[in-house]
Amino acid sequence: MSVSDQIRTIASDIFGVSADKITAASTPKTIEAWDSIQHLNLVLALEEKFGLQLSPEEIEQMKSMGEVIKLVEGKLQAAAN
Amino acid sequence: MRSEVDRLLEEAKWTSAAARLRDVWRAESSSASAAFVVSRLEKLRDKISLLPFRVAILRSFTVEPIVPLLRAEAFYFGIDLSVHVGDFNAYAQEILDSESSLYRFAPNAVILAVETREIAPDLWQEYAHLSEEQANSAAQRAANSVQQCVQEFRGRSQASLIVHNFEQPARPTSGVLDSQRELSQAELVREINRHLVASASQMRGVYVLDYDALAARHGRLRWRDERKWLMARLPVAADQMIHLAREWLRFLVPLSGKSAKALVVDLDNTLWGGVIGEDGMTGIRLSAEYPGAAYQALQRALLALTYKGILVAICSKNNPDDAMEVLEKHPGMLLRPRHFAAMRISWNDKSQGLREIAAELNIGIDSLAFLDDNPFEREQVRRTLPEVMVIDLPADPLQYAAVVRDHPAFERLTLSAEDQLRTTFYAEQRERAQAEQKFQSKEDFYRFLEQEAEIAAVSPTTLARISQLTQKTNQFNVTTRRYAEEQISRMAEDPACEVLSIRLHDRFGDHGLVGVSITRDEGDTCEIDTFLLSCRVISRTVESALLAHLAEQAIARGCKRLEGWFLPTKKNAPARDFYKQHGFEIARQNGEGALWSLDLTKQQLASPEWVKVVRVNGGMD
Repeated sequence: MSVSDQIRTIASDIFGVSADKITAASTPKTIEAWDSIQHLNLVLALEEKFGLQLSPEEIEQMKSMGEVIKLVEGKLQAAAN
Repeated sequence: MRSEVDRLLEEAKWTSAAARLRDVWRAESSSASAAFVVSRLEKLRDKISLLPFRVAILRSFTVEPIVPLLRAEAFYFGIDLSVHVGDFNAYAQEILDSESSLYRFAPNAVILAVETREIAPDLWQEYAHLSEEQANSAAQRAANSVQQCVQEFRGRSQASLIVHNFEQPARPTSGVLDSQRELSQAELVREINRHLVASASQMRGVYVLDYDALAARHGRLRWRDERKWLMARLPVAADQMIHLAREWLRFLVPLSGKSAKALVVDLDNTLWGGVIGEDGMTGIRLSAEYPGAAYQALQRALLALTYKGILVAICSKNNPDDAMEVLEKHPGMLLRPRHFAAMRISWNDKSQGLREIAAELNIGIDSLAFLDDNPFEREQVRRTLPEVMVIDLPADPLQYAAVVRDHPAFERLTLSAEDQLRTTFYAEQRERAQAEQKFQSKEDFYRFLEQEAEIAAVSPTTLARISQLTQKTNQFNVTTRRYAEEQISRMAEDPACEVLSIRLHDRFGDHGLVGVSITRDEGDTCEIDTFLLSCRVISRTVESALLAHLAEQAIARGCKRLEGWFLPTKKNAPARDFYKQHGFEIARQNGEGALWSLDLTKQQLASPEWVKVVRVNGGMD
């Protein structure tokens, strides 16, 4: 599974919506369950899954699924280099 | 796997859906799958048989993201855990206010999770500035304030209490200088912890969770996440939260009564490396050196279980002679035949072996755990006997021992004298069974046994065992009411109540404390609230002796009637006809069971002549 698919699966588990409803354009406005508590749960699940640490600034940035995916992919890439 | 769970849920195939949901959790115990498991559990919880248990968490830090992990893990062990989280850092108020949401939640157990930096901020951060006197008094204050919380709680609730102890800082304020001091920063935290253990041991149902050791075990620097602390008041790193959830479960599983009573183990490639039928005595790997050391480590872990009262049994596909030769003679074996409560060594199916072992040990199938290196055997047992707790083993044998040592089904929070001798009890039981076959009539056998029963009121030394019996006894138990130590202790103080225990001894040895009765007088009626007997001594007529004693005592107190409910469960059929056989008649019936009554003015209960009954002093003073 690609990183973006893995992230969508995680978001689907955390927000309780099916993975096909989660796209790069999904935001807290389009996903009802995406509140501040679930945002923290999403962050924790991503850190756990990919073995990384997100800074408060990065967590602020995560305003859509597209940004979440870009951020995680970027960090994984940086760690690989 | 996730879509299969959803499909099974839609088709209302609840049992299969629950099994697949457990597989989801087993495959990946992460925050994401916890969210999935918990959401599907909501649809399942009323449809399948799970043990309900309520836990309240009082805390000085954010625990909300850990709760789904805890509930998913509890579900894996067959527990439907309801969790109440107290307000942030409001633990003291919640404990002091008898009307607080904590007590209204009516928890079975409460976790008190407070951090060092909260209870002793000066010790945590400012230690370098403190004089010796200030440091000492900070530790003293912290210790007293926890002790007070615990005492206040104990005065208001009968729930079990699990208290986190306090973590040392990963980096002492003074660096290496700290370890040069007798009264170091680390030492003062340990001092608070020592005080906590001392005060907890003075109270019933209060258990210390060694949070400091937990953090150390996983690495203090990896355990903490300072960013999450500052951002969300969550001190535990994302990938460590599961370890805290599991540590909680090591208390909640035994408190809920979901413990395993026996562990059934495989032999080849589990107790030793290799296959005895092919590799022979000199070929199998079992010694103090690598690679045999892994198997000795597992055997040592199993031996530790027997000292906690957990039975170990063998179920192996092997030639009995080959296997027995290893068990009796191999120099690397730490476990010998006497350590095993039962053995099934044959080419039969393992699920059949497990059924036979449960029958021989007289315990339920759901009290068995199963350890086997072979995934095929594990899967087969999972499918045919879903009640059995099947333990997964990793590929590396060096990790086997840790799997057994970490498993919550083998945790015990208290240890009675009976627990430590249980394996011996079962060995004596085998001798009894052999003797029984030599007698023509049951009566002759009973006379031969020379049973002596000691009946005593509950005392501080028997309290833990009595509570344990109410929690573990499923078969000969008329009402199956579970009582924590604290509840037993309150009943003992109630003048209308009598809590009795019975010990049994015969020519083969001591059975220990094997029976409990709790009665309550109301007017001229004595009602039996609890009457139970350990399965080891069922059908030895000792139950008749205890019942006759209750009747005699009730008459002496002026009672005219002896009454008791029989509340049927899936497992207590052995006690179903108990009241009927002793001349009781049904007085009332409802959806839950029947109330049996005996008119003491008309009928007498005779104690069997072959059981010598001795009433000894007991009591809580």
